[in-house]
Amino acid sequence: MIINHPLLGPRDAQEFVYLGDASLIGRPDGMTEGAVDAFHDYLYLRDNPAGEHRELWYHEQGDRSWLVVTRNTVTHEVVSVEIARDVARKMGRSK
Amino acid sequence: MRYSGWRVIREALTGHKGWTPAWRDPEPQAAYDILVVGGGGHGLATAYYLAKEFGQAKIAVLEKGYIGGGNVGRNTTIIRSNYLLDGNQPFYEFSLKLWEGLEQDFNYNAMVSQRGIINLFHTDAQRDAYTRRGNAMILHGADAEMLNRDQVRALYPFLNFDNARFPIKGALMQRRGGTVRHDAVAWGYARGADQRGVDIIQNCEVTGIRTEHGRVTGVDTTRGFIGAKKVGVAVAGSSSKVMAHAGMRLPMESHVLQAFVSEGLKPVIDGVMTYGAGHFYVSQSDKGGLVFGGDIDGYNSYAQRGNMPVVEDVAEGGMSLMPMIGRARLLRMWGGIMDMSMDGSPIIDKTDIDGLYFNGGWCYGGFKATPASGWCFAHLLATDQSHSTATAYRFDRFRKGLMIDEKGQGAQPNLH
Amino acid sequence: MTQIRRISGGRIDRSKTLNFTFDGKAYSGHPGDTLASALLANGVQLMGRSFKYHRPRGPIASGSEEPNALVELRNGARQEPNTRATVAELFEGLEAKSQNRWPSLSFDAMSINDRLSSFLTAGFYYKTFMWPASLWEKLYEPLIRHAAGLGSLSKQDDPDSYDKGFLHCDLLVIGAGPSGLAAALTAGRAGARVILADEDFTFGGRLNAETLAIGSDSGADWAVKTAAELVTLPNVRLMSRTTILGAFDHGIYSAVERVSDHLAVPMDGKPRQILWRIYSKRAILTAGAIERPIAFENNDRPGIMLAGALRAYANRWGVAVGDRLAVFTNNDDGVRSALDLQAKGINVEALIDTRANAATVNGLRHIRGGEVVNSSGRLGLTSITVRMANGGTDIIPVNALGVSGGWNPNLNIASHQRGRPVWDDAIAAFVPGADGPAGLSAAGAASGAFSTHAALQTGTMEAVKALAALGIAAKPIEIPKAEDAPVSITPIWYVRSGKGRAWIDQQNDVTVKDVKLAHQENFRSVEHLKRYTTLGMATDQGKTSNILGLAIMAELTGKPIPDTGTTIYRPPYTPVAMGALGGRSRGEHFKPTRLTPSHKWATEQGAIFVEVGMWLRTQWVPKPGETTWRQSVDREVSATRQSVGICDVTTLGKIDIQGTDAGLFLDRVYANTFSTLGFGKVRYGLMLREDGIVMDDGTTARLGEHEYVMTTTTANAVPVFRHLEYCRQVLWPDLDVQLISTTEAWAQYSVAGPNARKLLEKLVDQDISNEAFPYMACGEISVCGGLRARLFRISFSGELAYEIAVPTRYGDAMIRALVEAGQEFDAVVYGTEALGVMRVEKGHVAGNELNGQSTALNMGLGKMVSKKKDSIGMVLSQREGLNQDDGLRLVGVKPVDPSKLLTAGSHFIAHGKSTVAAHDDGWLTSVVFSPNLGHSIALGYLKNGSARLGERIRTINLLAKTEVEVEIVSPHFIDPEGERLRA
Repeated sequence: MIINHPLLGPRDAQEFVYLGDASLIGRPDGMTEGAVDAFHDYLYLRDNPAGEHRELWYHEQGDRSWLVVTRNTVTHEVVSVEIARDVARKMGRSK
Repeated sequence: MRYSGWRVIREALTGHKGWTPAWRDPEPQAAYDILVVGGGGHGLATAYYLAKEFGQAKIAVLEKGYIGGGNVGRNTTIIRSNYLLDGNQPFYEFSLKLWEGLEQDFNYNAMVSQRGIINLFHTDAQRDAYTRRGNAMILHGADAEMLNRDQVRALYPFLNFDNARFPIKGALMQRRGGTVRHDAVAWGYARGADQRGVDIIQNCEVTGIRTEHGRVTGVDTTRGFIGAKKVGVAVAGSSSKVMAHAGMRLPMESHVLQAFVSEGLKPVIDGVMTYGAGHFYVSQSDKGGLVFGGDIDGYNSYAQRGNMPVVEDVAEGGMSLMPMIGRARLLRMWGGIMDMSMDGSPIIDKTDIDGLYFNGGWCYGGFKATPASGWCFAHLLATDQSHSTATAYRFDRFRKGLMIDEKGQGAQPNLH
Repeated sequence: MTQIRRISGGRIDRSKTLNFTFDGKAYSGHPGDTLASALLANGVQLMGRSFKYHRPRGPIASGSEEPNALVELRNGARQEPNTRATVAELFEGLEAKSQNRWPSLSFDAMSINDRLSSFLTAGFYYKTFMWPASLWEKLYEPLIRHAAGLGSLSKQDDPDSYDKGFLHCDLLVIGAGPSGLAAALTAGRAGARVILADEDFTFGGRLNAETLAIGSDSGADWAVKTAAELVTLPNVRLMSRTTILGAFDHGIYSAVERVSDHLAVPMDGKPRQILWRIYSKRAILTAGAIERPIAFENNDRPGIMLAGALRAYANRWGVAVGDRLAVFTNNDDGVRSALDLQAKGINVEALIDTRANAATVNGLRHIRGGEVVNSSGRLGLTSITVRMANGGTDIIPVNALGVSGGWNPNLNIASHQRGRPVWDDAIAAFVPGADGPAGLSAAGAASGAFSTHAALQTGTMEAVKALAALGIAAKPIEIPKAEDAPVSITPIWYVRSGKGRAWIDQQNDVTVKDVKLAHQENFRSVEHLKRYTTLGMATDQGKTSNILGLAIMAELTGKPIPDTGTTIYRPPYTPVAMGALGGRSRGEHFKPTRLTPSHKWATEQGAIFVEVGMWLRTQWVPKPGETTWRQSVDREVSATRQSVGICDVTTLGKIDIQGTDAGLFLDRVYANTFSTLGFGKVRYGLMLREDGIVMDDGTTARLGEHEYVMTTTTANAVPVFRHLEYCRQVLWPDLDVQLISTTEAWAQYSVAGPNARKLLEKLVDQDISNEAFPYMACGEISVCGGLRARLFRISFSGELAYEIAVPTRYGDAMIRALVEAGQEFDAVVYGTEALGVMRVEKGHVAGNELNGQSTALNMGLGKMVSKKKDSIGMVLSQREGLNQDDGLRLVGVKPVDPSKLLTAGSHFIAHGKSTVAAHDDGWLTSVVFSPNLGHSIALGYLKNGSARLGERIRTINLLAKTEVEVEIVSPHFIDPEGERLRA
């Protein structure tokens, strides 16, 4: 597979390490009530779609960027690649 | 029809006119007591044991394609019960015991062959971990032995003992481990279930799960609605897709695992072997092909095919372990879709919907589990109680912190 | 023997003779020959035996689709089983042996199976060998395994080397026949980066086997000219002897180039083969077509071939497979074969054409509406029986028969991504569907365009289209005048006659009867058919048989072929040597080796090394007179505890963490608090995974207000760094914190023992007295008069200890300086074993305890998990299952009888309890021999362990059948108050 890195251009997926569903960006706040349930759902449950899937890849053999890759899990077609930090900020994550 | 050597001879002498279909292709009835969704090894075994051991009737197996077309039709055929953890070991040992009597039980020669499995180790830490594991196995009633380097060499003199990057120090052996002719498992269960009245309905994909007042009433399929009192889903690889019909999100991802077979070769490897310093395990089939595999590709996939990095990684492991295979040729590679669960262990459990039961999350250990999985799922479907060897395989173990994590990799499915 | 079947013509070099042997017998051939063509030229048709029935077999094909003519090529460690004689290039001195026969190819005892064939039908083994159960492993299976396989491995290490390489191109052209050459020429002239690959050793593909002209040239000469032009184009890479193995995601193709297989041994320094990964923007499949047979009774005798192969042997290799031939066809191309063969001066006794209405062919005996219904000849064909249109039969003596059931587009690679081929009635064959690999199109015969003209035309046009998609303007080449005959075929798959067997898959001995049996037993899905009968599972992957089997099943079920199913292929296109897939990563080069800065010094001292991940670390350093590892390790431990020891700890992960939010960041990633850590101080940190299990531990030092240095375990250096980047970029993207791994940047040595300070004071430029540099102090210092360094007063051994880090390039000098400075204290250098002994003595956890299954509570560190702040793993570490009172706790263990040795991995079983899982109380994680205590000690996880100090319990190792009574003690065997490390 090839991942078209937003900064570095097309790179073999072998340079990357895969983590999983980009929903992992949305880590709950550990200091709130009911955090155990929120963390259970966050850490363990997945949509696991057959189709487009937003997922986290890490360019370990490269620039150490975490990326959000939108990829079709049936065809493996890569639809888009974004810098994960940008995605996280758009989702409202900050400090 | 009962299969036997005599029957083969009689048919041979009379032009094979007497062989009957191994299973029927019935039209689906309007409703069943129990629907098993998924005509793979686990689903067929479930139906077989429901009919044979749990006295259930009016059972159908619904298969979206042809039976045995999932992972039971594309795996590396290994059976073993060399598990470490209390949640797993009794179950896999139960499964191995069922394998040991399976062919006589369902009157089909699945070539259950206990030629032994060895797990090689290359460091002291691995040896310590295998000592812990071997003891756990024996404590649970399984067999295990520790082999030193010389004993390994006596078994497999052609392994790389002399200039290896990670020298072989010994191995954990389970003599009762071995291989099974994988397709025959599906066919044997299908035939056995069919003979006991189970309707096996191929080309029938479930497109919806209907419920009323929190209770399952049946499933929509590509061949129409089929009513049911109970629905058991055993569609590993596609679990998330099917359970989404019931609004459930599962603690698993679907991943592709590749496996490989070489051209047919005169026998060189008697048993099963796993490399402890790379991703490579191998056995040789009764037809002569070296059957081998390694790690999953590592990204979510429903594509039933993989990519070259893993192919090369596996070959590198193979060449490092046994440099004689350099001139053997890889004949075929294929990919199967695994339910990779969050702790590497399966789920056989009820759901929050009455009458809806789930069996999945087998990661890439599902084949060896087939008989016990079928038995335990049948037990659950028939009695509403977990079988004694499968009590840990609950959905709520993640909420409770009772993970069954053999590899200690945590909630990252692609590392299990 | 002379080449009695060699006739004129062909593209072989008759000026040179190559000598070779087959089954020990000497033969000769010429450059340009394959082993099969040379054997056929020598009158040898019998080359192998089939898998199940051990039927005598000759080649049926002239290319890589060959199922029968498999040999063991070469000998000794280079022996290659199952090598297709039809693609093995002849070289001087070639040695080949036939396979799967005993005692000889012409007399094979196992051919008894052929007599028993009615008992050995498809799947018979599923129905028998079940009673008694115990005989399966003892009798039945050994018999079956004895018969398994075809060729043999040498069981010796492969002596040749293999390489891997990477290529990039705009357009990959797969197959260099007319369409491939046309496509490559089109793209090459347009300036695109082109790779043209062909499995053959010469370009032209089928053109080399034909007499057809292209323009004023013969097809083969046109191929030579075209290839010659392509060679002049710097943007075109021509790769012969290169098989595209598979189509992978995003335009990546895998290929194997057989660099040296046409030589007796590879030339010096050359690999045997190269595995290429080709990154293409577009690809065109121009792999031609593969002829298919028609099944009839006894259609497998040596001498019965595909008609196109017979024609290829005559035209390309100058070989008449027999001197009395016949051709059996259902299509016009079979007619062409007969005419070509006749034109070569070979006696064509008959052209049997199933089409009663076929146009009459003059000049030979054209039996229209006829069928070959049987054949004779034990080791080679002697005659065929033909049923005439009127029902009468004729026996025609022939020693070769060409069979043509039509041609299948070679769409193999187009289905590698599980795209479904579609049925084309016009050619009665499957063609590539629209759902093939993205960026791949097909041209020429591979797309169903069978005429030479159509091949050229589609080849150039597909290239134009593919390049247009890349924004490269290309002009179609001018198509020379070429044959453009339409396809005329009336499909027939098998001849209905008699009770005998008609073969479909020759290698696996699958016959029409087997398909009928599969149908009868309801193995009707194509996949069931394949799996039940083994159709298409042989080394040829069913290239000549799959469609036949499918078509026969379609007839039996009464459904059209496309409704019955399709058959797709999986990589590799042809079987590929494992050696090529492994490349250079074998033996000592299986994985990279990382060496520590003291490696050279340690090697000079005769150190013993151990693999720790990719690293090699010093395990111990033996001294003269020491004969066991224990002697060395005991000495290293004792000397360290009595005076001072030095250990290379460079492999521990080191991460510099800087930024105004660095402290906050550390509070989030560690379970305990770091923002409160004073400048110049070090703290032990416990890092959890989000699921609350311990991920790693280590120390983090605060060098400045916004500057920290984290250490990780050796094993987790990479995953922890990845995790920190994840936390920083993904979870908390606006934290002001920067990371860099400095594991390789600093050489780090532990200096431990009562004299550690004295030793270091000789080297360190600053005051490191206990007052100036107390326990858990850290700082940036200098050594040896100005070299910048970092010093940490931390202790894994429990002694007064420091870790000193210098830039890696000074690592070698530093170890030498430390050793020299230590001489007056009898300092030792200790390795990982002594390190392990001392950390167990001190009760520190390491890899065996940090097993990914253990919590802080398990390790006795539960209080370190701060609940006052949100940190990774804090929440889920509170789940009930991880907080059971009777859960596992880390304990120390010592044998009641000090002479007894403990074994790591042994389980705890209480006295009086049976050895069953219900009484399993835990296990020993780490065991060492403590020279200080004079006995074996261990750490272990014991149920409810912290409440069981002082208890006596058994540790049992059922694998070795040993049992040792132990006492549960504190894990801190040495200096539990920590006086030494604060000294």
